[in-house]
Amino acid sequence: MSIFIDNETKVVVQGLTGEQGKFHALRNRDYGTKVAAGTRPGKGGESVEGIPIFNTVEEAVEATGANTAMTFVPPPFAKDAVLEAAYAGCDLIVCITEGIPAKDEAEMYDLLKEKTSSRLLGPNCPGLISPGKSNVGIMPHEITMEGNVGVVSRSGTLTYQAVLELTNLNIGQSTCIGIGGDPVPGTSFIDVLDAFQNDSQTEAIVMIGEIGGSAEEEAAEFIKNNVTKPVVSYIAGLTAPPGKKMGHAGAIVSGNKGTASAKIEALTDAGANVVENPTKIGQAIKDVV
Amino acid sequence: MNLFEYQGKRLYQDFFIPTPKSIFVSRISEISDNHGLTYPVVVKAQVQVGGRGKAGGIKVAKDFDELTIFSGEILGMDIKGHIVESLLIEEASNILEEYYISFTLDRSAKSYLMMLSAKGGMDIEEVAEKNPDDLIMLHISPSKGLDSETIIKSIEKAKLNESYKAELSDVISNLYKLFVEGDCDLVEVNPLAITDNGVSALDSKVSLDMNAIYRHENFKDFENEIPIPVSEQFAKEKNLNFIKLEGSVGIIGNGAGLVMSTLDVVSEHGGMAANFLDIGGGAKAETVTAALEVLESEDNVKSVLINIFGGITRCDLVANGIVEATKGKELKWPIIVRLDGTNSKEGLSILEQNTNEKITISSSMDEAAKLAVEGAI
Repeated sequence: MSIFIDNETKVVVQGLTGEQGKFHALRNRDYGTKVAAGTRPGKGGESVEGIPIFNTVEEAVEATGANTAMTFVPPPFAKDAVLEAAYAGCDLIVCITEGIPAKDEAEMYDLLKEKTSSRLLGPNCPGLISPGKSNVGIMPHEITMEGNVGVVSRSGTLTYQAVLELTNLNIGQSTCIGIGGDPVPGTSFIDVLDAFQNDSQTEAIVMIGEIGGSAEEEAAEFIKNNVTKPVVSYIAGLTAPPGKKMGHAGAIVSGNKGTASAKIEALTDAGANVVENPTKIGQAIKDVV
Repeated sequence: MNLFEYQGKRLYQDFFIPTPKSIFVSRISEISDNHGLTYPVVVKAQVQVGGRGKAGGIKVAKDFDELTIFSGEILGMDIKGHIVESLLIEEASNILEEYYISFTLDRSAKSYLMMLSAKGGMDIEEVAEKNPDDLIMLHISPSKGLDSETIIKSIEKAKLNESYKAELSDVISNLYKLFVEGDCDLVEVNPLAITDNGVSALDSKVSLDMNAIYRHENFKDFENEIPIPVSEQFAKEKNLNFIKLEGSVGIIGNGAGLVMSTLDVVSEHGGMAANFLDIGGGAKAETVTAALEVLESEDNVKSVLINIFGGITRCDLVANGIVEATKGKELKWPIIVRLDGTNSKEGLSILEQNTNEKITISSSMDEAAKLAVEGAI
């Protein structure tokens, strides 16, 4: 098993006719992902390299049985695109789009929770790959290999770095997943940790966080109480200059959370092995699997 | 993007939130006696740093003489490293009560958060810590919004003056409207005062969500009024996320996480980063060329580390940008390049076909950081 995507995943790409949508959808297909359809209002009936284009996700789902959406549409239209995919019945929506206003994200998250059972990954995320099965997103699959380590990260490029460190030591991955660093991520560290804990293929977990927010502290609490598999973690930003505080309201909401040292302390306390440099992730995992 | 007080108050006016009558000046010569304000007036330094009152950046003037004297004193004043470049001069209010209110996004709860307290005008963080019961925290569903019934209940619960209930309710409703429709990350008023003239927002702290700039014409105007360091000006024009730091190793990377991590690894090898520079996702050749240009104007840079892990960013395009920026040039410093991920083979072969004696290709982040630190000595 892997989490969220596998051989049965059938993808409809929102924004397939755009430059990035096309580039990555075709890369995903070359990897073996079932890229069943694309959407672009007004271009229904056309095709891109053999992939049929539909006007709406609903039509695409009906015609091809797609169960997962991958969204590349620009920020002003992203909220509606994600909701459209959810209302069309996609179980998983991977939103790659960067730069969506926080208000749109908050509203979108709220509506998804209330009216649908779809899982949103992202926005502003690299997507996910279950090596050997399916790649939905923009992760470079060359650096992955099939295996038993689950990787989850808030940062796109750091996810790749961590995966490469594992692959270089011949350690494969069950699923690698980037949740994105935006204010309202559809899928949290906790959701992914929970799925990895319950996934029979996953034997150990790599979790990569960064300064700001309190997602890592919440994840640490979850690990402490619910995760029995070994967790190796890295937090980026130990030497970064402190960010600007968002008024007093921000300080009250986040308290002492948010600094690299607070996160490292919380994770260490939860039993995770926190390494001080991403290049040490591979060895740390090797020590436990 | 954090706004100055006067900018926040302009937004308040747009959303019918009462503020004291005021004028905004950036030069003494702009102050004349026929400003139309009634004395006494408050002269307020426009700086984005707390504690300006204690630093002497806020003074009450009872006539025109005092107004010119105080304005002269405050303009140009250095408040915790921030030079005062403009003033907000507003009619002084006779304050009866001071409240605190803010709207922000609570990331953990994935919903909006209103905080309301009758103990305004003072350090609200202290109130939150010592008397948490005096601070009402109300989560608001982003899709359902805030209705007037909930506002009234909150006013009662926070023990605000009930004789102003209707007026307060309007103001709170409009502040929420500004927060949502105005795409603000934060709207904070401390104090929201009851004055002789009714409810009035005496201060403003507003932060804008710049991802929403495409649907707000005034965001660009506000942005143009906020001075940024010269070194960050060019980077900004090129849409690069650049922050100047104190060290000597110039950093260019893609993705905030990877760049932060690069800073960490450079530090582990005994070096210090000269900057944080994120070229973002999906960078083109010209983005990389611009990034190198930014570092060229930085005197503290002694070596440059380009750390790219391609995903949506294609390494071949990055390599083209490096070649474009360096071809036939006498480089000031060594450049260490590490390319991995999407199209890295193509990228590396582009660099190999266009050798430059100052450019070294490294196959790992760790080694690249080490070489860059050595190159900066």
